[in-house]
Amino acid sequence: MSQNIFSDDLLSYIDEWKDKPGNLIMVLHRVQSEIGYISREAADEVSRLLDVPLSTIWGVVTFYHFFKLTKPGKYNIQVCLGTACYLKGGDMIVEELEKLKGLKVDGLTDDGLFSLQAVRCVGCCGLAPVMTIGGEVFGKVTKDQIPGILDKFS
Amino acid sequence: MGFRNYILVCGGTGCESSKADLIYKTLIEEAAAQGVADQVQVIKTGCFGFCEQGPIVKILPEDSFYVKVRPEDARELISEHVIKGREVTRLLYNKTPKKPLEQVEDIQFYQKQLRVVLRNCGVIDPENIDDYIANDGYVALEKALFEMSGDDIINEMKLSGLRGRGGAGFPTWMKWNFTKQAEGDVKYVVCNADEGDPGAYMDRSTLEGDPHSVLEAMTICGKAIGAHQGFIYIRAEYPLAIHRLEVAMKQAREYGLLGKNILGSGFDYDIEIRLGAGAFVCGEETALLQSIEGHRGMPLPRPPFPASKGLWGKPTVINNVETWANVPVIIARGGAEFAKVGTQDSRGTKVFALTGKVKNSGLVEVPMGTTLREIVFDIGGGIAGGRKFKAVQTGGPSGGVITEENLDTPIDFGGLQRIGSMMGSGGMIVMDDSDCIVDVAKFYLEFTRDESCGKCFPCRIGGKSLYNLLDKITIGNGTEEDLEELKTIAHAMQKGSLCALGQTAPNPVLSTMRYFPEEYEAHIRDKKCPAGKCKKLIRYQIDPSKCIGCTACSRKCPVGAISGELKKPHSINQSACIKCGVCRQTCKFSAITIE
Repeated sequence: MSQNIFSDDLLSYIDEWKDKPGNLIMVLHRVQSEIGYISREAADEVSRLLDVPLSTIWGVVTFYHFFKLTKPGKYNIQVCLGTACYLKGGDMIVEELEKLKGLKVDGLTDDGLFSLQAVRCVGCCGLAPVMTIGGEVFGKVTKDQIPGILDKFS
Repeated sequence: MGFRNYILVCGGTGCESSKADLIYKTLIEEAAAQGVADQVQVIKTGCFGFCEQGPIVKILPEDSFYVKVRPEDARELISEHVIKGREVTRLLYNKTPKKPLEQVEDIQFYQKQLRVVLRNCGVIDPENIDDYIANDGYVALEKALFEMSGDDIINEMKLSGLRGRGGAGFPTWMKWNFTKQAEGDVKYVVCNADEGDPGAYMDRSTLEGDPHSVLEAMTICGKAIGAHQGFIYIRAEYPLAIHRLEVAMKQAREYGLLGKNILGSGFDYDIEIRLGAGAFVCGEETALLQSIEGHRGMPLPRPPFPASKGLWGKPTVINNVETWANVPVIIARGGAEFAKVGTQDSRGTKVFALTGKVKNSGLVEVPMGTTLREIVFDIGGGIAGGRKFKAVQTGGPSGGVITEENLDTPIDFGGLQRIGSMMGSGGMIVMDDSDCIVDVAKFYLEFTRDESCGKCFPCRIGGKSLYNLLDKITIGNGTEEDLEELKTIAHAMQKGSLCALGQTAPNPVLSTMRYFPEEYEAHIRDKKCPAGKCKKLIRYQIDPSKCIGCTACSRKCPVGAISGELKKPHSINQSACIKCGVCRQTCKFSAITIE
């Protein structure tokens, strides 16, 4: 019944990895990069294709921060709260996003445009505080810049 | 070759996020448009380390160091520097034309540095294997394959004195030797690129700037211990590093440097990438191996160590990225030569990610034994914004703070341990007097609490209890007994936890309590936060002698807590104030103070 939720590309990737030991995390990465998160249907499908119990898949998905269980917005905002960003006021960005868009950590805006994640270090500490939107990195962010940055995405 | 100028554009993550890619493309377009495409070669390199001043463009042979370059500067760089041979002074780091023999190394940031691990970062094009080979790349592999036995290689590693750069500092040659001697025909080599310390990015920069050095090193290790398969376990959060590794592996296979019968030596070896998924505990070696096997990343009791029973139960060597990057240098130049740098306790260099409240943040590589004062004040340029130095945290969430009195301690594995911190992977976070030490300890405990895998209770429950106590202190409800309890729980965690995450998680608490007892006391006894950071313990006040009644603050206050007539001193209604600090940022007359 759920044959159509994965693309042919993804199916052939899974086929290629099917018999390799330690394939589960690699397959889940590919699933998430295609559909944005690990939905219940997707987990069922991975379970069927790899012949791995659903409980094992759920155990792995919930253990690792990178895997998401809810659908992200069109643009996913990541605010870095690693040590350098924390000291330089990364939580200010979180507060400002809530003020401007009513967006909470792990939440989604009503229009489905933005979702927000707090992450630990995106690896450009020299630019602290840092946020990323849809993979684009914004460094040395100040409160005044945030509305302008958000306006670029619609 | 025969280009008159080589233009190196930094392609590290920091500079890429400031449009370095567009600068790279625009420079190529401009060179073509101005008719000098055949005279210049534009190359995208790895990280230069001086991230504070990015994006960085360096032009050879003049060695001109341009900082904070924007895409629209490309035209001028081509027309002035390349065509007319005049440096674009306004973009130079020193803003003055360089003397003819002046080198980039004359910039203070680079003066005390010695680049071994980062030798190719910012020098070669990481996506071009020929560049790596031209800089002595794969020389060590050739030597290892044709001139050395496994024991020779391990002996050279022993002479070098290299200790693991991932945190614990275990001698690398011993790991290799144990694995070589372990029984079994299948063995594995693993690269730990799951850089989890929040505030460290040296491994990312190494992989982005010089991926082949890691591939070469892992292959050498394979030859030494008799393994034919390597795995690189890397964070999925590092897409650029993953991409460059994939490109490098493809090129290495094409050149016969990976795969079957490498360089005709009869030795087979290949490497696969496995992605991490954001779990700090997977930096612990047994948890990392669990994760490669596709399980939840939970540590196992040691022994057995991975050297005897590792990946899928087979003998396995695990080293981190920085350790690997040292290996080709050791094999090519000899272990004894490598050991000339550093201290008795720790040989070679160490890369640090210098960040926080320091003027020049960036990646810094120095010989072991350099003092913290040299790193923070000479290389880092001291504290930004004219504030006062308070402490440096090394070792990330597993380390501790170092204060003014220990700034002259030479940095090596033993030296840092003696003053209650540790080397860790190389995060170096500088704090000034506006950072609250209790709040910082709380920040780290929140991190380790969230990242505990939950398998053993000292870490799972202890971490949460420590966090709760610190939280209680920062909101002004702490008692003297809480200090004793912090210590009791911390010691229990150190003794009882299964892996290094739990054993070291209390370090930030113990070390801040050791060096800043008065700051804990102030929170508990006086209900004050001396740094003015803990919101529950501070009050914003308006100094009537400075306030001119401009009303700027009352207009900005989001909760209407500030009142007063025009041109008369205002006041803050403390019960309404949410301590957001907007008034203080708004006031142009420094009339608002924190108490």
